[in-house]
Amino acid sequence: MAILVGEDTRVIVQGITGREGSFHTRLMLEYGTKVVAGVTPGKGGMEVHGVPVYDTMEEAVEAHPEANTSIIFVPARFAADAVYEAVDAGMRLVVVITEGIPVHESLRFVNYAKSRGTTIIGPNCPGVISPGKAKVGILPGHVFKPGNVAIISRSGTLTYEVAYALTKNGIGQSTVIGIGGDPVIGTSFTEALKLLEEDDETKAIVLLGEIGGDMEERAAAMVKRGEVSKPIVAFIAGRTAPPGKRMGHAGAIIMMGTGTYKGKVEALESAGIKVARMPFDIPKLVADLLT
Amino acid sequence: MKLFEYEAKSLLSKYGVEVPPSVLVRKGEDVRAKIRDAGLEPPVVVKAQVLVAGRGKAGGIKLVKTIDEAVSVAEKLFETPIKGVIPRLVLIEKAIPHDTELYTAIVIDRSERRPVVLASRYGGMDIEEIAREKPESIVRRFIDPYTGLKGYEARLIGKKIGLSGKTLASFASFLQALYRVFTEYDGELAESNPLAVVGDKVIPLDARLIVDDNALYRHPELAGDRIEESGEYTEWEVKARRQGLTFVELDGDIGIISNGAGLTMTTMDLVLEYGGRPANFLDIGGGARADLVKKAVGFLLEYPKAKKIFINIFGGITRGDEVAKGIVAALSELGEIGKPIIVRLAGTNEEEGRRILKEAGIEAYTDPIEAVRKVVEA
Repeated sequence: MAILVGEDTRVIVQGITGREGSFHTRLMLEYGTKVVAGVTPGKGGMEVHGVPVYDTMEEAVEAHPEANTSIIFVPARFAADAVYEAVDAGMRLVVVITEGIPVHESLRFVNYAKSRGTTIIGPNCPGVISPGKAKVGILPGHVFKPGNVAIISRSGTLTYEVAYALTKNGIGQSTVIGIGGDPVIGTSFTEALKLLEEDDETKAIVLLGEIGGDMEERAAAMVKRGEVSKPIVAFIAGRTAPPGKRMGHAGAIIMMGTGTYKGKVEALESAGIKVARMPFDIPKLVADLLT
Repeated sequence: MKLFEYEAKSLLSKYGVEVPPSVLVRKGEDVRAKIRDAGLEPPVVVKAQVLVAGRGKAGGIKLVKTIDEAVSVAEKLFETPIKGVIPRLVLIEKAIPHDTELYTAIVIDRSERRPVVLASRYGGMDIEEIAREKPESIVRRFIDPYTGLKGYEARLIGKKIGLSGKTLASFASFLQALYRVFTEYDGELAESNPLAVVGDKVIPLDARLIVDDNALYRHPELAGDRIEESGEYTEWEVKARRQGLTFVELDGDIGIISNGAGLTMTTMDLVLEYGGRPANFLDIGGGARADLVKKAVGFLLEYPKAKKIFINIFGGITRGDEVAKGIVAALSELGEIGKPIIVRLAGTNEEEGRRILKEAGIEAYTDPIEAVRKVVEA
């Protein structure tokens, strides 16, 4: 049945008349995603690739009550407002593509959405795809194929790279989630793992992490606690990166020894997770898990 | 963006915090007249306004007993690089005698998705040192971003670090002001260390604020170029930032352009894995258009450490045709530079991009490993 997006997904594109919004609306439609409406304030009454445009989410939902998912291409300054509008309009899932949103804004809308029961993916993310069913995002559809391996990732382009390698090796995907690269995001690795654990279609999981933060360590701890029974293969980008910019002493202390390549790999391996040295080693490791 | 100490203190004072009396002196100004006009009496502390960490240990802060001494120390500071950065501003501040130094900071905890207040009664020293030596002394409290730091929470934190009576009340109102500055100025970090206990009140002897770059548009009063003052960037990194490029200098000879931080880092990992050494990290991000690609390619053509260039693009929001147009434009404008360029292109509009490159005589690879082998050999 895949998670987050699937056959029952009905999408409203916020910021549909912009360059990216309109371009990716076309690609989502071509992929077979049911895009039912678009919203751009002041552009109500237009059509974009045959999709009707409304001034507000409320009008869009009134005309298309089946809508349950929103994707946001709105510029950073107006993106938080668009998220609130989507949550208040009753969307079950809001995918925030926009990059450059102030972190204090994300902090507030992520907590707001949670309190209203809406799932947020992103911000600063490529979106979600359940291959063959629906794509809500900017991921290039042709690199994916339907199957049983889920991918969760902090990086968009690395996700495409790994999905492409899996696809070429005959390994399809159930759901692929680019969780986003910002410091505060709506759905973390641990939350995504929880959803995947309950998904019948997912038999194995690929986790694509990066240096910095402690999300990979938390995912490892979750596996260690026995909360994920499905096998996982991980890759961490940044093995050869010089120590990155540190966000002051207080930032360092919260991390307490987490965030480095070595720390992450050790945490994952100690939880029994296989860590690929290069992303192109992933298909073989996954194939070994599935046999 | 990091703010200078004097800026952070002036924001705190705007929110009602008592800060030490001081005067800011610019290079070339009459230090003695400035001190006199401000009515400052010795002893004073002369502090270089630089953004590098560890300013005190590097000799950027001096306590002096006379005005004469203050003048000569200030003038010397204007000539002395502190960790490579020559100060353009010096803050001269009344010395505040005190017994106790506290530590306070507010940051955003990514995993909890909440601001967190950190406080310790062992201020003055490095927080990492406190964490190592007296971890139990660090009090943490997660704050609801909607209600903000409540009065009782501020008092509770003060109580837990051993304060009482009027000092506790003073600390609590300081902490609430720090929290307001943190949220209203889009702080990634707001910190005071040391926060001195003077009689029955607290006074920040130092203050730091790092503002979220994404939010700078709504704080025009903080505008200003601090790229060089930060002391964090090399000459080529400063050049790149001025052009709006996300670039980190490395030691190898293979120039790298990629899209997305994850893939750019992976491209570096890949180059090293196959025996090459990256000369840089250059991430053109999502949705890059031809002009940005052109700028990035042009930059690496001039960047002397890059002897060859590896462009590794997997398009999502970035389109292959835009990337190709940018590469072709950079090459036709800058002509023959003699640096081999190897391109790997996949994803959105890759066929179109490949066609544009082919017309310009560049063969784009699909397989990243084949491409990276080629780069290392080139």
